[in-house]
Amino acid sequence: MSTAARSAAAPTGTHTAKPISYREALTQAMREEMERDDAVFIMGEDVGQYEGAFKVTRGLLREFGERRVVDTPISEAGFVGIGVGAAMAGLRPIVELMTVNFSIVAMDQIVNNAAKLGYMFGGQVACPMVVRMPGGAGHQLAAQHSHSLEAWFTHIPGLKVAAPATPFDAKGLLKTAIRDDDPVVFLESEGLYAKKGPVGDAEELVRFGHAAARRAGEACTIVAVGRMVWVALAAAEELASEGVECDVLDPRTLRPLDMETLAASVRRTHRAVIVEEGWPECGVAANLAARLYEQCFDWLDAPIERVSSADVPMPYARNLEQAALPGPADVAAAVTRTLRGA
Amino acid sequence: MSSAGPRKDRMAETPTAQHSPPARPEAGLMRDMFRTMWLIRRFEERAAEEYMKGHIGGFLHLAIGEEAAVVGSIAALRPTDPITSTYREHGQALARGSDPRAVMAELFGRSTGICGGRGGSMHLMDAGRHFYGGYGIVGGSIPLAVGLGFAIAYREEEGVAMAMFGDGATNQGVLAESMNMAALWRLPVVFFVLNNHYGMGTAIDRASADPDLFKRAEAFGMPATQIDGMEVLAVYRAVLEAARLAREERQPSMIEALAYRYRGHSMSDPDTVRVADEKERWEARDPLVTFERVLLGQAALTGDDVAAVRAEVEGVVEDAVQFATDSPPVPVAELARHVYAHPWDDAPTGSAVMP
Repeated sequence: MSTAARSAAAPTGTHTAKPISYREALTQAMREEMERDDAVFIMGEDVGQYEGAFKVTRGLLREFGERRVVDTPISEAGFVGIGVGAAMAGLRPIVELMTVNFSIVAMDQIVNNAAKLGYMFGGQVACPMVVRMPGGAGHQLAAQHSHSLEAWFTHIPGLKVAAPATPFDAKGLLKTAIRDDDPVVFLESEGLYAKKGPVGDAEELVRFGHAAARRAGEACTIVAVGRMVWVALAAAEELASEGVECDVLDPRTLRPLDMETLAASVRRTHRAVIVEEGWPECGVAANLAARLYEQCFDWLDAPIERVSSADVPMPYARNLEQAALPGPADVAAAVTRTLRGA
Repeated sequence: MSSAGPRKDRMAETPTAQHSPPARPEAGLMRDMFRTMWLIRRFEERAAEEYMKGHIGGFLHLAIGEEAAVVGSIAALRPTDPITSTYREHGQALARGSDPRAVMAELFGRSTGICGGRGGSMHLMDAGRHFYGGYGIVGGSIPLAVGLGFAIAYREEEGVAMAMFGDGATNQGVLAESMNMAALWRLPVVFFVLNNHYGMGTAIDRASADPDLFKRAEAFGMPATQIDGMEVLAVYRAVLEAARLAREERQPSMIEALAYRYRGHSMSDPDTVRVADEKERWEARDPLVTFERVLLGQAALTGDDVAAVRAEVEGVVEDAVQFATDSPPVPVAELARHVYAHPWDDAPTGSAVMP
């Protein structure tokens, strides 16, 4: 199964004439799904006339009109809740939050309503809603506009959580999310919107819960989430020049989580480094490390290393922000630590 | 803050019969409303007894005293018009026609409960009857009703969505957000605030700078009215008009129904905060008693009819309690069922976090 997942994961580049950006890949996914299903609509701040704070909804208002591309006031709790209600009625809302930072204002709707409707009402209704939002730091936006909240959402049963790292996955995962009958928190990365790559065609969906192998190696397993996949790949490149070849895995969805592929790699390399942009305490890396310890303890030759943002609110000053964010050198150093004594 | 001293007696100001279009519901509908009010009253009184016996767990929030507002409003809608509520919603489910057996079994946490024992007293839902649930955060369900109204407008259907909530919910910001968007987009929504004058134990004049809650609508250019929520026909007429506005003119509106809950916030509330004789004065206008008087006066019911309704309701409630008592527990093997809409049939063959 993991082999199949890997081959499906590898962006082959045969699907489009020219690579497109992560941003355009998302737009394409929404356009195709809106063409396919009239129940799909987009709602959010500045998604229509303004074409999105990050231009992800460019052209969609013109193409689909105001019925299906709905500009909202700055009322995150309200319009996420409206999305939940519309989803209960069988529509398929794509709710765009300008950034993940504003999801905090809507957390009651996401956690108390979207995630729990299905369960607490005994399966009478579903909530087929996607909440899209970009996150991450690196643009000197300081403490309130630099969050990575993967861990918060992954904590919640009832939600599904996707975090694409490539244009191929941005498109394929978003299409899967839109067709999914459960609420999906779709975590985009501000730093990746301009990143270019191949994408799949209209029916080439990326399945949830299937990790992608981004690079193969035997020395150490690096698991990285979202934009950190590229940080991990840069580190792996650097390490390779020293003769250290790493397995780089991208879970692609944190809920559901493909533990099988992750564990299989760690059992082969006997070492693991986990890279996330969020904070270290109770973070994604902490969780993945715990799960790998549970499943791979006897195979490990070194403690699992976690690389995350510093345990501080994100500072504004450029040098402080860079110091707080995980970079390739941090990942390479962590890999080197796992290899000590090898 | 002026929390000391006797509070204003807002009942004295309750507008009575100021919204009285001549139309009166037909006798059959009035008898149905009378019966449903009694059903809710007796259902909740029996639920309280079962709670005291330990057969019902968690919280049990009773709406005794509020039956006119619950029944009159829901009777004015079509059965397919979606409604949402807070956690004080036994009455909403029963007024929508949910099976009292399934509702009581839910309170008992049994497999035959209306939500399979997952929700309990606070989270009843009957999606088949377009009752879209009771929610634990007082203002949290309001945007859901707006979303249900959004879906109606999106599909160009004829329905009306009604958000039912209490005075306590009006001080959560999401109400303002929801009203604004409903008005901005002209969605078919009725905002029905059942003002029972207490947010848990805090009286309304200690929580709201202006206790005339219907005035909130003015900020959104939305029509609003304040009605006597102890009088079922006044409620019925007001919601009928609000539903007409929503259905025919895509005009959302707000109704504030002034009512009173006789019991504390929940069964665990000793209810020590009321002003002296306040409760007695409201109870003197008990909605069941006053409506009975109206029906007898109009010869829509006879004394024998009243006795028959009460006896019939008594039987229904006893049967519901018996059914719940006899129902099997929820199988523990089903603990993880319904977390997600479908089993993860595409899972890798190893371990996975999804059930």
